[in-house]
Amino acid sequence: MIEFLMSFWQTYNTLFYTVLVHGMLALSIYITLACGQLSLGNAAFMGIGAYTAALFTMKLNAPFGIALLAGGMLPAFVALIIGAPTLRLSGVYLAMATLGFGEVVRVAFLNMSITGGSVGLNGVPPKTELWHLFLVMGVLIYFFLKLKNSRFGRALEAIREDEVAASVMGIKTTWFKVWAFAIGAFIAGVAGGLNAHFTFFLSPREYGFDFAVDILTFAILGGTGTFWGPLVGSTILTILPEMLRFIGPYRLALNGLILVLVVIYLPNGIITVKKKD
Amino acid sequence: MLQLENIVKDFGGLRVLDSLSLQVGEGLIFGLIGPNGAGKTTLFNIISGLSRPTAGRVIFNGTDITNFAPPKIAARGMGRTFQNIRIFKELSLLENVLAGMHRLYTYSPAAMLLNLPIQRREEKLMREKAMEILDLFHLAGKAKRQAESLSYGEQRKLELARALATSPKLLLVDEPAAGMNPAETKELMGEIVQINNRGYTICLIEHDMKFVMGVCRQVAVLNFGELIALGTPEQVKCNPLVIEAYLGKDAC
Amino acid sequence: MFLQQFANALALGSVYALFALGFTLIFGVLEVITLAHGAVFMIGAFAGLTVATKFNASPITAILVGMMASGILGWLIDLLAVRPLRKRKFHHLAPMIATIGCATIIISISQGIFGAEVYRFPFDFMPTTSYNFWAIQLTLLQIIIVGVALSLMLIIIFLLNRTKWGKAVRSVAESPRTAALLGIPVERVFQLTAFTASALGGAAGVLTGINFNAIHAFMGGPIMHRGIAVIILGGMGDIRGAVLGGLILGLAEIMSVAYLSSDFRDAISFGLLFIILLVRPAGIFGSNIERKG
Repeated sequence: MIEFLMSFWQTYNTLFYTVLVHGMLALSIYITLACGQLSLGNAAFMGIGAYTAALFTMKLNAPFGIALLAGGMLPAFVALIIGAPTLRLSGVYLAMATLGFGEVVRVAFLNMSITGGSVGLNGVPPKTELWHLFLVMGVLIYFFLKLKNSRFGRALEAIREDEVAASVMGIKTTWFKVWAFAIGAFIAGVAGGLNAHFTFFLSPREYGFDFAVDILTFAILGGTGTFWGPLVGSTILTILPEMLRFIGPYRLALNGLILVLVVIYLPNGIITVKKKD
Repeated sequence: MLQLENIVKDFGGLRVLDSLSLQVGEGLIFGLIGPNGAGKTTLFNIISGLSRPTAGRVIFNGTDITNFAPPKIAARGMGRTFQNIRIFKELSLLENVLAGMHRLYTYSPAAMLLNLPIQRREEKLMREKAMEILDLFHLAGKAKRQAESLSYGEQRKLELARALATSPKLLLVDEPAAGMNPAETKELMGEIVQINNRGYTICLIEHDMKFVMGVCRQVAVLNFGELIALGTPEQVKCNPLVIEAYLGKDAC
Repeated sequence: MFLQQFANALALGSVYALFALGFTLIFGVLEVITLAHGAVFMIGAFAGLTVATKFNASPITAILVGMMASGILGWLIDLLAVRPLRKRKFHHLAPMIATIGCATIIISISQGIFGAEVYRFPFDFMPTTSYNFWAIQLTLLQIIIVGVALSLMLIIIFLLNRTKWGKAVRSVAESPRTAALLGIPVERVFQLTAFTASALGGAAGVLTGINFNAIHAFMGGPIMHRGIAVIILGGMGDIRGAVLGGLILGLAEIMSVAYLSSDFRDAISFGLLFIILLVRPAGIFGSNIERKG
């Protein structure tokens, strides 16, 4: 029995780590969706965090915690810069701006020598352990639980429901949206840093638009009514491809199909929040 | 309390409001009436910061708020409801009202994360206040229900309750009785008077003349963006300009 | 030198404008930001390429076929992914997300069929003549591209402003509810617009394929970024804005390649986008008027 578990773990530990990382990414887009905004830049933020954290450990010999922190702060900072002018406007503008932003980041990674260019970054030290992932996920779940029944969570919900109505009630809508976006970027960056240190190799291709769509699908499939939804969605969509290997190159098409079907037929995603009727 | 000085609003070549000036005194229930398209809701949008006037000033409690953003104006004590109900449909009644109380809370994100006593205390306090407000509108029994499940008239009241929850000094109410049956309208009139008695200044837009004449102490009449009459309900309803533009002879 | 760059920019910019025109039409009339427009563009290019290669079609035929293919695809996307959302109240992001899904499906399947390689038109497909005016060298190719793009745009503008259908489309763009009350078949207008706007995208696809003699499954991405930048620059839903914005972006890109470095080219559109959002989010011709009903 023990042998079975150990060999199971040996085969699937990376998958398990990936499930946790994808869960974090799903949460990172959830917090922007929770106030009615769509960010297509979280893959880019993840990339920025991954490269930053990796460079911190590789070039500066920084302790892992510091590297992760840096990996979170830089994307958050960039998010504040992009978000401030964009989030004064409706949620579609952020989607469009982050679409372009993601492309700029990808091109930057490809062209900067410090990131290894198109070859990527190799030899990232194996620092991530299971407890790191559990810890970060735990903190995130705690954060979202606390947010749910607080004035801040309600403000986000209000903004999502009707931004105009929320603004005349005194809720500083732009401020909240910018902060949600920045926090999402932070989470994505930390997830990137964690991911880098168990995949050992970073390539610009991984953090492009395709992955941004993946992240969106995680959240939409699971449902954005509560933070559990994205966690469920990301788990399903991470494990599924493993079981559906034969789909191969059409995995992205499947994602697209899921997006369309869920948006039309299951707008609340899998996990629905029902109030008493 | 509220002063409008020469408000002008142009909308793509059309002059929607023209040199509008008026004052709303503290403690009043002030009515704003006029035919559809007269510019009443546009005026509300300008006062609450959702729209910028082409010219003119809005002075609220001594401060020029003309260019303030809506949350900033709301923070200074202005609440409003909308003509086409804008409640938070997927939230419960209680959550709607609690959302309205946002600016009354003081606890910080840190307090939220660390479960500090101030957070628990404020949440409890606010919940009690919210239930009180819902009670005022006879909605307390449905507090946990989803807002969407309410009847049309109840939804209008919820919006009013939510606006009241912001603890405003001035409440802008846009057609609160629209779509209500006579019984609901009567109940609403009582609720509006009750709110006013508690010290809230109310400025309301309405088409239901019984409502306006029944609760308003001052009435302003708008037509094509211009102020054509100002006075008590009695004075206004017999004003020939008002009769011609809007009310007809039978009102007098 | 500057004049030469200007001429090059015209060819590039007029195609951007054409693409953006379709994109902004869909936004203006259907109130949907279709992120599938790039995929539609790409399919148009492949359709044109296929008839050019397999049936020795002429450039004009290729363009027409491309337009037809894209038009049908765009109509299908509207029918299957956007129309169901019209039937009931949806979250304002839902149509956009649905189009992202469609784009992903189309691109992924195209990649499966065509692979990642770059395809080229047959050897003698395009004329190679060029003309010299004063200091400028213009290729016949560029003239054709600009000609076709501008003609299509002018046709659309004419149709919108001078025909009965155009009037119907403009009414729906302003207020579907009012248009319906006036007896206009709103749903048919939506579908017609989806088809036509996508056809414009397909034309842009073939023209781009011709301009660079390169067609591949991922060509929808870069043009999508440009399109977004253009409509935000020009003002969402504004046709003049799409045309002017396209030309401005074309010029900005050519200038940056000529005087800065070619690395920045892809970033120019985002840079422009960002500046506009900072300075004047409504764009050149945009305004903050809310649509009624």
